[in-house]
Amino acid sequence: MEEKFARPEIRKPENIVYKRTDLLVDRPLSYCPGCGHGVVHRLLMEVIEEKDIVSKTIGISPVGCSVLAYDFLDVDMQGAAHGRAPALATAITRLWPDRYVFTYQGDGDLAAIGTAETIHACNRGENFTIIFINNGIYGMTGGQMAPTTLPGMRSSTSPYGRDVDIMGHPLKITELVANLPGTYYVTRQSVQTPGAVRKTKKALRKAFDNQDLNKGVSLVEVVSNCNSGWKMTPVQSNIWMEENMFPYYPLGDIKVEGTLVEK
Amino acid sequence: MAKMIGDIVIDIERCKGCEVCIAACPFEVIAMSEDVNSKGYRFATKVNDKCTGCTNCAIVCPDGVITVYRVKVAAE
Repeated sequence: MEEKFARPEIRKPENIVYKRTDLLVDRPLSYCPGCGHGVVHRLLMEVIEEKDIVSKTIGISPVGCSVLAYDFLDVDMQGAAHGRAPALATAITRLWPDRYVFTYQGDGDLAAIGTAETIHACNRGENFTIIFINNGIYGMTGGQMAPTTLPGMRSSTSPYGRDVDIMGHPLKITELVANLPGTYYVTRQSVQTPGAVRKTKKALRKAFDNQDLNKGVSLVEVVSNCNSGWKMTPVQSNIWMEENMFPYYPLGDIKVEGTLVEK
Repeated sequence: MAKMIGDIVIDIERCKGCEVCIAACPFEVIAMSEDVNSKGYRFATKVNDKCTGCTNCAIVCPDGVITVYRVKVAAE
């Protein structure tokens, strides 16, 4: 196809300021259009590339939309049973203390079935990074209500909105684990705007840098959209997320260098 | 002051038409195509010459389909 506004004179390798990292396998991502998973995958690989730790990194893929993360991330990966990624990461960090270990989990994985593993791994202060993608819903299985679903938010199993009298309150697991002595760095970020993406990348970089210090778990929560599950267009879902998710899940650092951040 | 001139190359076969890049572009350089790619998605295309190579579109693209080029030129 002919491009009308192409500038072939500046399309030279030395002028490239941004391109998809080679650590993402060269195949289309299986995620829905506009899904935040793709951005987080790319940022993760950029951080690993910049730190030059490709051969020393082991990732744990979860159960959920990102169960196929090992098809896209060109580092050593291990699959875990649903919710058990922190337990597996514990074993790997103890067997190979010099490796950089991360788990990549969704909210159904980390905050529902894996609550016990998450809390105990964070309380023991294991030396790995947890990347927690929170979209307030079970995206892969058809948009069912998750522990992180907002009050009044519609999902396929709460079609009239989440009623906290019957269905309980949303779980702020990130704040919960920040209060445990074993966590060293806990933060909540998002990936819907360029500024937010840059901040998330810095947070991921810091989380991996913390593994050099061996001080405890670093948890990076990324509040993300699920436009298919929320029944919106990607751009609408990003706006909805800013208006509804962020008041309940405020962005920013929660714990830095082992100390809770005063709000 | 020096001026930046940028260009973007979009991998149209990988683009899923989510339009997040359109919202991220400060100069309205990107719009959706009328055509569809082999998967049936309308894809992002460059529609004017105002690109400065700021990389905003590329870093929010969930599928990483945008490559950004940038050169610095002296102001006329």
